[in-house]
Amino acid sequence: MQRIGVFVCWCGSNIAGTVDVQAVSDALKNEPGVVFSTNYQYMCSQAGQDIIKQAIAEHKLTGIVVCSCSPRMHEATFRKTAAAAGLNPYMVEIANIREQCSWVHKDMATGTEKAIILGKAAVAKVNLNAPLTPGESPVTKRALVIGGGIAGIQTALDIAEAGFPVDIVEKKPTIGGKMAQLDKTFPTLDCAACILTPKMVDVAQNENIRIFSYSEIEEVGGFVGNFKVKIRKKARYVKEDICTGCGICTEKCPQKKVPNEFNMGMDNRRAVYIPFAQAVPKVATIDPNYCTMLKTGKCGICSKVCTAGAIDYTQKDEIIEENYGAIVAATGFNPISMDKFDEYAYNQSKDVITSLEFERLTNAAGPTAGKLLRPSDGKHPHTIVFVQCVGSRCAACAEKGKEYCSKICCMYTAKHAMLTRDKYPDTEVYVFYIDVRTPGKAFDEFYRRAVEEYGVHYIKGMVGKVFPEGDKLMVRASDLLANKQLNIQADLVVLAAAIEPDKSARSIATMLTASMDTNDFFTEAHPKLRPVESPTAGVFLSGTCQGPKDIPETVSQASAAAAKVIGLLAKDKLTGNPCVAQPNELMCNGCSSCERVCPYGAITYIDKEFRMPDRTTAIRRIATVNEAVCQGCGACTVACPSGAMDLKGFASAQIIAEVDAICK
Amino acid sequence: MNKETSKIRDEIIRSSGVNPKKCMRCGKCTATCPAFDEMEYHPHQFVYMVENGDIEPLMQSKSLYKCLTCFACVDRCPRGVEPAKLVESVRLAVIRKQGANHLTSDDIPALLDEDMPQQAIVSALRKYSK
Repeated sequence: MQRIGVFVCWCGSNIAGTVDVQAVSDALKNEPGVVFSTNYQYMCSQAGQDIIKQAIAEHKLTGIVVCSCSPRMHEATFRKTAAAAGLNPYMVEIANIREQCSWVHKDMATGTEKAIILGKAAVAKVNLNAPLTPGESPVTKRALVIGGGIAGIQTALDIAEAGFPVDIVEKKPTIGGKMAQLDKTFPTLDCAACILTPKMVDVAQNENIRIFSYSEIEEVGGFVGNFKVKIRKKARYVKEDICTGCGICTEKCPQKKVPNEFNMGMDNRRAVYIPFAQAVPKVATIDPNYCTMLKTGKCGICSKVCTAGAIDYTQKDEIIEENYGAIVAATGFNPISMDKFDEYAYNQSKDVITSLEFERLTNAAGPTAGKLLRPSDGKHPHTIVFVQCVGSRCAACAEKGKEYCSKICCMYTAKHAMLTRDKYPDTEVYVFYIDVRTPGKAFDEFYRRAVEEYGVHYIKGMVGKVFPEGDKLMVRASDLLANKQLNIQADLVVLAAAIEPDKSARSIATMLTASMDTNDFFTEAHPKLRPVESPTAGVFLSGTCQGPKDIPETVSQASAAAAKVIGLLAKDKLTGNPCVAQPNELMCNGCSSCERVCPYGAITYIDKEFRMPDRTTAIRRIATVNEAVCQGCGACTVACPSGAMDLKGFASAQIIAEVDAICK
Repeated sequence: MNKETSKIRDEIIRSSGVNPKKCMRCGKCTATCPAFDEMEYHPHQFVYMVENGDIEPLMQSKSLYKCLTCFACVDRCPRGVEPAKLVESVRLAVIRKQGANHLTSDDIPALLDEDMPQQAIVSALRKYSK
C-alpha cells in the first residue's frame, strides 16, 4: 500500500476563488492510501515546496498528489521537489484543478466538487504508480537550420560561433531570404544589402557552416539529440565546386524571357541565372522549366561559354543523409496573393503593386535601377496611394485575408512614404490606415517624422475601391475623421499585403512532428516562457515561421533559438522520458499491429525462445521497444489486440483506476 | 441608454443578425459606398450609432432610403459586419413602428399618377399604413 500525501494549491485566488481548497484537502484525506493532506497559498513557491519535502520525510510518503495548475506548467517543478526529498519523481501526480476546474467554473460548489473528483482520480492513479528510471541517449553535436533567410543565417552563425557544426538547408539557389530583396530597413534606414550581405559572406566563410542551397528537406526521423535527416539537393545542372560565379553564362543564355522572381516578376532573367550579385553561394543555376537544352536537347551555349567547364546537363537530384542533434525551423514568410482583392484592381493594372514589389522598384539593384517608375509606362508617378491592412485583420473571409495583424506593414509603409517624399519632393503621398501600430524602439518617432517632416498625408480610413481610368487609377476611399468620401486620381497604388508562413512550412512541420496554429505558424512550447522552442523536443523556432516579426525581432529570436540549440548540443547525454511503451512478452501474439501504428519507428519484432510445458521450448515472434526512440504517445497500446502493450506511467490499469475514481 | 432605446437597438441587432461590436472602424464600407453623397449618415456611422443605441436620428434620416442595398459594404467589410443589413433593419423598424402611419387612404388621390400601376398604390398602402 502506498503512503500518499495530497497538496492542494490555492494559486492565490486563481484556484481558491472558485474552489474551496480546505474542503478539497479534507475530502481527499479519507481516500485510500492517503496519510497526509494539506493546502497552501502557492505550492510552487519555495515555501510550498518545503511543505512537500517536509511531509515526504515526516510521513514517509511513497507518492504525492499535487492539486494545482496544468502539469504542463509545474509537473517538472514538483517532480524535482520530490526527487530532492528522495522520492522517485514519477511517483508525483498532478490534478489539474486550475485550467480544468477553477478557470472554467464560476460556481464555488461545482468547482469544489469537481476538484475533489479530479483529486480522487489522481490518488487512484498514484496507488498504482511504480518508480521509473529514465534512460540516457547520446547527442549528435551538429545542428540543422531549415531556411537561409536572416533568421536562419543569424541562428547558424551563433551556433557556429559556439563551436558546433551547422548545416543550412535553403530551397532557393542562394541564402539571404526576403531581407535580400529589401531596399532600406526601418527605423534607421540602413540599406538592407549593406547589413545583410556581409553576414552572408560570414556564413560562407565559417568553417563550421555548410550551406545546402537549392535543397529541400526530404525526410526527418529520430528524436531529440539523434535526428536522421534526408536532404534533397536539387540538380542545378552546374557543378557547384567548379563554378566561379563569373556570370558569363547568365549573359550569353539565349532564353531571355524568364520572369525574375527576385524582382517579383517585374523584369526578366535568363534560364541560367544567379539570383543577385551578392548571392551566396555565388553559383549559377539552370532553371529546368525554361532551359532549351534541358527541354529539347538543342542549345548548349552556356556549356560552350563556361571557361571553368562547370555546366553539367546530366546532373541528377542528390540525396544527402546526415545526423543532427537539434533542428531549427526558419522557414520564413511570403506576402499573400492579391488575387481575391478585385476591389483594388491588382490584376487589372500594373500600377497597383504590393509593398514587396515597391521595395524592388526603389532598390538600386532592382528592375528600374532604383528609380521609382510606373510599371505600366515607365513614367514618374506624382500621386501615390498606400493602402494598409490589405488582407491583414480580415476576419470576414479566411480565403481572402488573415485574421491577425501582420505587424510589419505600418512601419515599412511609413518608410516607403517617407523615402518617396525625400527622393521625389514633387509627389503627393497618401497613406490610408485603420490604426498605425508602432510599438518598437524609435518606431513611433519614425512614423511621426514621415508625417511632420516629410509631409506624408496620413488619412484615417480605408480604400474601398481602385479602378483604372485612362492611364490613372481612381482611388475611392473614406476619410473617417472628416466623415468624407475621397476620390483620388493616383498614378501608383501600393498595397501592404498581409504576410503568411511559407507554404513549405506545413510539410516541414509534419516531418518534424512540430505543431502549428490555424494560420500555419509554428506553435511555441509556451507563448511567453518558451517562445523559441517547439513543443517537440529538439525542434526550435527562428523568425517569422513562428509569427509575423520585423528584422530586429527576427534576429533576437534567431539568437535565442541558437542559445537553446547550443545548450542542447553542449550536453553529452540526454535524459529520456521513462514513460515509454512496454510489451508483455507472454501476451504478445506477434501480429505487428503496434509496429504499423508507431509514428516513430520505435517497435521492432524479434524471435525469442520461450520455455514451454514438459521441458520443451518454442520460438515466438514478439515486439520489442527501443526506449530511446519511443515518445510515449500510446498509439501501440490501443492498437494491440491482445492487450500486451502498456505505457509505463500510463498503464491501462492506472487509467481505468482514474476513470473508476471519477465515476464512483 | 434608456430602456426604450436599448430595446429598439436589441431588436435591430436581433433582426439584422449583425454584431456591430465586430466593427474595427476601418471605414472600408464608407469608402466603397456608391450612395455616399446622397447619405446623411454613412455606413460606418450606421454601425457605430446602432452600437451606441443612437437609433432615433437614423430612423428620422432620409439616408435609410438612399441606401441602394448594393451590398458593396457587405462584400468588402474585412470583419464581416454587414452594414447594409443594419440599414435594412432600421428601415424595417420605421415601417413596423406602431401607430406611425406613413400613408393614409386620404393621401392617395394626391399621389395618383397615370403611369403608376394601381397595384403599386395598393401595395404601398398595405405596407406603409400599419
